[in-house]
This record gives sequence, structure tokens and C-alpha cells, in this order.
Amino acid sequence: MSMFKNVTIGQHIPGDSIIHRLDPRTKIITASFLIVLLFLVKGFMGYGLVALGIAAIIGASGISWRYVLRGLRPLLVILILTVSLHIFMTEGRVIFQLWFLKVTWEGLMRGLMMGTRLILLITGTSLLTLTTSPIQLTDGIESLLKPGKKIGIPAHELAMMMTIALRFIPTLLEETEKIMKAQMARGADFQSGGIVQRAKSLIPLLVPLFVNAFRRADELAIAMEARGYRGGEGRSKFRENHFQRIDAIAFSTVVVFSVIIVLFF
Amino acid sequence: MSIKLENVSYSYLEGTPMSKVAIRDINLEIEAGEFVGLIGATGSGKSTLVQHFNGLLLPTTGKVFVDGVDLTKKETQLRAIRQKVGMVFQYPEHQLFGETILEDVGFGPSNGGLDEADVLERVKEALSYVGLDYESLQDRSPFELSGGQKRRVAIAGVLAMRPSVLILDEPTAGLDPQGREEILNQIRDLHEERGITVILVSHSMEDVARLVDRLIVMEKGTISLDGSPVEVFRQADRLKNMGLGIPQITELMNELKVCGLNVNTDIFRVEEAEGEILKALGWQNNEHV
Repeated sequence: MSMFKNVTIGQHIPGDSIIHRLDPRTKIITASFLIVLLFLVKGFMGYGLVALGIAAIIGASGISWRYVLRGLRPLLVILILTVSLHIFMTEGRVIFQLWFLKVTWEGLMRGLMMGTRLILLITGTSLLTLTTSPIQLTDGIESLLKPGKKIGIPAHELAMMMTIALRFIPTLLEETEKIMKAQMARGADFQSGGIVQRAKSLIPLLVPLFVNAFRRADELAIAMEARGYRGGEGRSKFRENHFQRIDAIAFSTVVVFSVIIVLFF
Repeated sequence: MSIKLENVSYSYLEGTPMSKVAIRDINLEIEAGEFVGLIGATGSGKSTLVQHFNGLLLPTTGKVFVDGVDLTKKETQLRAIRQKVGMVFQYPEHQLFGETILEDVGFGPSNGGLDEADVLERVKEALSYVGLDYESLQDRSPFELSGGQKRRVAIAGVLAMRPSVLILDEPTAGLDPQGREEILNQIRDLHEERGITVILVSHSMEDVARLVDRLIVMEKGTISLDGSPVEVFRQADRLKNMGLGIPQITELMNELKVCGLNVNTDIFRVEEAEGEILKALGWQNNEHV
């Protein structure tokens, strides 16, 4: 699938490190901890410590640094935009002025702060998907959402929808490529022309793609029913998640670490 | 319109750790007016190979010439080549999109820059080739049709470009016996009446055996046999090793020969076999009636 090799959403790198073996629930909860933590931290000292923590996790996971950092590339534009907005738009002590753009001390500080925050946020959370397979991830989400059933959160259904959606991403990409080729064989041109022309040229691609997706959904529903699927009630599990000692250790380490950072930095 | 491949290799995901060679060092020449069958087990590289014939895939190494034009050159207009080398993909009905059959079948010729009247004429002609009635169908949605009819509309969509070469990838997959028969006969008629070069990709020996003049057998990304059906089916053991086989009727003739009946084994049509067996038994052709 040559045209889609740059898509890295939700990429998972299989491995056998401590981080890989953690219960997905531990990882999901610690990842959400990290998000909250990053918004509570105020100074660069705190960010530095969080960065150290994340670095330690990357080290323990055995995933190459370059790979983790590559996850930042698609978000580079947003990152630069955010940082520069803060640098140029904040009022305060002016460091220097260039025509209508002025850089203030406060702006510089805030920009750098936001930048670090975003970078840490992205690398931290991408570690979750990098070390957890999509199936483990949905299993984890399902079991974390289970208590919410009492207030009407359809935990199993949400998890099943996620599993199916993830499962069909490669299928849909393959299908897209196939239909594109078939229409190109009939002289379709997806690359040239203005915006209107290009949008129009997508019709011969999108219509069959949707028709096939609906057909496939129908078939899948029937196949699932034929195998006795009737929702989450009373359904047993092939893969059971077990909260183990390393989970307890990992979890308490993160909690203690976060509390210290929030209290003292 | 001739197609010529020189030392063509193609790998998927070239330049990544997942790189996989699909076809390797293929040299091949297909002359204008030939009816070629391309067979091979699943994953042998048939589909990858044919996508080189109209530049949908460009070789990783090697060269492809269509009518002497080098497809690997940057300045080659691939869209023009694709109008001449028509390609029907597997399950072509999954690529239908038009609101009406007219719109869908006319997609190819419109992309070729024809005006409305010409497109209309092409659509009529193409539909009649696949045995569909233009008058009653033109304004209907292709999605309302039966599976077999959808398939024909999709094939008509390629024929409407009046290609000089027609490549069909498993055109009868998933059709009932009658549907298969009809589509194959229509393809044969096209070849005979219009002199179109046809390349039929299939893994069904029965389908290709009775139609083609030349059989190319692929195995693990290379061409392992290339010749007339008679020559190829003499290699029954090799074909079986590749996970293919020979037509059942040829198999029967081989068995009869082993059992001591003196029959010619170069046969792959039931009608021919009938005469041959009767002859070997010393009967006249009309005696059994």
C-alpha cells in the first residue's frame, strides 16, 4: 500500500518490555494522570522532572527515541503555531520589536511553556498506543468503563465499536487504493485540477467506498450473529486482564512522583 | 498493440523493512491480437504483473513498452495509455459509482475528452457487447441491478473506452455457471469480431483452457511456463506441484491412456474428448445416439 505508508495513527510496536507487559488499565490511568499533571505543573523545573519520567519510560519500553519523536512530526505545524501565537500575542515587557510583531518576556516564557507541555503531552500519550496493542487498549477501556454501566454508559458496545473500527482501517485503506486504481484505469485523475475539480474527482472514489463499507458492515453483523453474538451481557473473555505486582509498583511510583511534582515544583 | 516487458521486477513497500518482492525479472512479449491466459496460484504475482501493462504500477527495476512507448519514462502520458489498455479489476462491480448506468459506463470515454454524442454512442456499443439493453437500462441506477448485471455494466465501463488491449482479472469470480459462460463467450466474441488483444487472468483452468491461444503460468513471481494450452497441459505434474491443475477432461484423457485406451491426451474440451474416446473405442461418432 504505497500511498499510505506514512499513516501512523495508533501505531503499535510489539515488544516484551516491562512497559509492554503492564496491564492496559494501568497504562490508560497513568496516561490520564500525565495529562492532568502537565496542566498542574507551573515551572520549568516541574516540566524537566516530567520529561525525565517520560524518558525513563521510553528507556524501559525499548522503543527507539527516534521513533517516539517521529510521532511529533505530523503535529509540528500546530506546535509552531501555538508557540508563536503565545510569543507574539502576549502583552508585557518588550524584548524587541519587529515592525508590528513584538516579542515580550512573558510571551516568550509562556510560549516555551506551552511548547514543552504539548511535546510532553504527545510523547507521553503516544507511548500508550506504542506499547499497547489496539485490542488490549479496547479491553482496558471496556473494563475501566464497566462501572459506568449503572449510569447508562454502554461500555461493551463502545469497546466493540472501537475494536471493529480499528480492525477495518487497513481494509478500508486497501479498498481505497484498489478503487483508485480501477478508476485511474478508466482515466480518472485524482491529482490535478483546482479545488472544485478535485473534490468532484473524488465522487467515483467515495461512492463505491461507502457502498462497500455498508455492505461489509451488513455482512459482519450477520456473521457475528451467526456466531452467537448478542451483546456484552454474560460474555466471557478470551484474554483476561490481571492487575499484577508490577502494575501496583508502576502505579504507585507514578502517583508518588506526580504528588511530589505538584506539591514542590 | 503490443506489450513488452524487459527484466521487470516489482517490490511492494520498497525501501521499508516490510519490502516484499512480488514479481522478479519478468521478460515477456504479447503481440497484437493474441488471446492470452495468465494463470497461477493465489499470490503468484498475476495481478501485480498485469498492473504493469497499463502503468498502474511502474516497475521497481526494468522497462515496460506499450506499442514501443516506454512507460517508465517520466514524460509518458499514462492516461493516454490507459485508454488503450483497458483493465477490468476483480469484482469490478465494487467500483460502480454512477447515479445512472449511462453516467457510470460513460465515465471512461468522458475522461478521454469525448463530447456527449460520442460518449453516448460508446455507451450504447459497450452495453450491447455485454448483452445489456441500453434503452431500458440507461437511466437506472447500477446499484439496482443483479450481481451478474452489475458485473457486465462494470465491464462495459471499460469497453466503452474502445481499448485495443483488454485485461480481465478473474472476470467470472463469484458468478453462477450460466453467468460465467455468458461473460466468457462475450469476451471471446469481442476478441474474434474486433480483434482486441485479450489477457485473461484466472486460476481456473477450465475457464481459460477452451478460450486462449497462449497460456502463461506464474509461480512465485516468475513465469514458469509459457506456450499453447496443449504444451502447457502436458506438464500436468508440474502444474499440480504449483497448486494448479489441468482441466478435468484432460485429466480424464490422461487416466484413460494409463488404463490402456489409446487416446490423444492433448484435449481440453468436452466435445473433442467425446469424439476422441468414441474413435479409440472403434465406434463411429453417430453410433451412440
